[in-house]
Amino acid sequence: MTQALIYALTGAVLFMLGVRATLLRDALLPRLLALNVCGAGVFLIFVSLAYRGDSLPVDPVPHALVLTGLVVAISATALALALNRRLREMADE
Amino acid sequence: MNLTLLPDLLLAGMLIGLAWAALSSDDLRRGVVLFIAFGLLLAIVWARLLAPDLALAEAAIGAGLSGALLLVALRDGGGADQHATKPSTLNRWLIDLFVLVMTCLIGWVLWLTIYAEPVERLAQLANAMLDRSGVSNPVTAVLLNYRAYDTLLELVVVLAAVLGVVVVGRERRGYREAGPVFHGLVHWLVPLLIVTAGYLLWVGAHAPGGAFQAGATLAAAGIVLRLAGYDAAGLPDGRLLRWLLVAGTGVFLLFGLAMSFSGGGFLQYPEAWSGSLILIIEVAATASIAAALVLAYRGGRTDGWPLMDEKAENREVSS
Repeated sequence: MTQALIYALTGAVLFMLGVRATLLRDALLPRLLALNVCGAGVFLIFVSLAYRGDSLPVDPVPHALVLTGLVVAISATALALALNRRLREMADE
Repeated sequence: MNLTLLPDLLLAGMLIGLAWAALSSDDLRRGVVLFIAFGLLLAIVWARLLAPDLALAEAAIGAGLSGALLLVALRDGGGADQHATKPSTLNRWLIDLFVLVMTCLIGWVLWLTIYAEPVERLAQLANAMLDRSGVSNPVTAVLLNYRAYDTLLELVVVLAAVLGVVVVGRERRGYREAGPVFHGLVHWLVPLLIVTAGYLLWVGAHAPGGAFQAGATLAAAGIVLRLAGYDAAGLPDGRLLRWLLVAGTGVFLLFGLAMSFSGGGFLQYPEAWSGSLILIIEVAATASIAAALVLAYRGGRTDGWPLMDEKAENREVSS
């Protein structure tokens, strides 16, 4: 249980670190990085709640959700990067 | 204090430290490299929390491909705050206070959740029904059988994202041809990555692995090819590329509709067939995910992308 708590709290800290950087930074790429750290924090909370000690089987449902989340996160990142690039091109023209 | 907690505390501390360093770095390249290291460390944490499926996916997607996409995006610019408005000291204080309060609140809720009375979880049900799901890896069972809806919609998200990438941008310039040493490495690495992807896809039915990990590994092979100067990065061009991108969503939907027409519910596999159906869907999903990720790395529509209306294309460029 203590392990789960350690990682869940780490997830909370990571999430809020990401929120803080999103609020403080101005440029798009650092914000994107911050959002990805936010996502990692949420995933960590999910997986730590699925963990119930080394002897019990873990809960596969949050694992599957996080796996889905990982792929969605990278899709969103790719789209944001493409939009960022287009914005730069338009600013240069 | 219990000494067995030491590795966990160390890992947790390093995660927070790396995230802090990545986010507070003014040099963006440094930030991205730290973020990649953060992803790799997170993969170790997943392994520690008995989530090997996630460890594989995180190493390939979270650290590897995200890092590659971010690094190649650094070439496009957009990193420096051009008209940066530094928040005032008061605002900084307020933001820090908000972050502190929220962290404590979330932490408190998590504390209550973890030490609350154990409740009935879906885990028992998921594990009890495993024999009927067609696979023996519980995570794959959840992804492609119990919650197949989620995975179908996820493939739609991937498709929508890559369509967005294709709509807003053209492909980036390629890299120059690799030197002999890198070329030799590519000749070893790319077949190895393809075989690994195939293995991960096959083994996903009964052990950690599956379509996402396989797709990401296949995409890594494409990125290596592109870095070595093969501009197409292993992707076909024209119509075939389009088919590849929609294959995952298409096959999934087709099967789902076929099942609802043959009397069952949408995506309710007939029990005897579920293993083979899941494998076919996973093969298509792997191809689509890999193609989408490689295309995103290339940066947009390719020269051979068939356009409906050439004139509209010209207008868009000159505006």
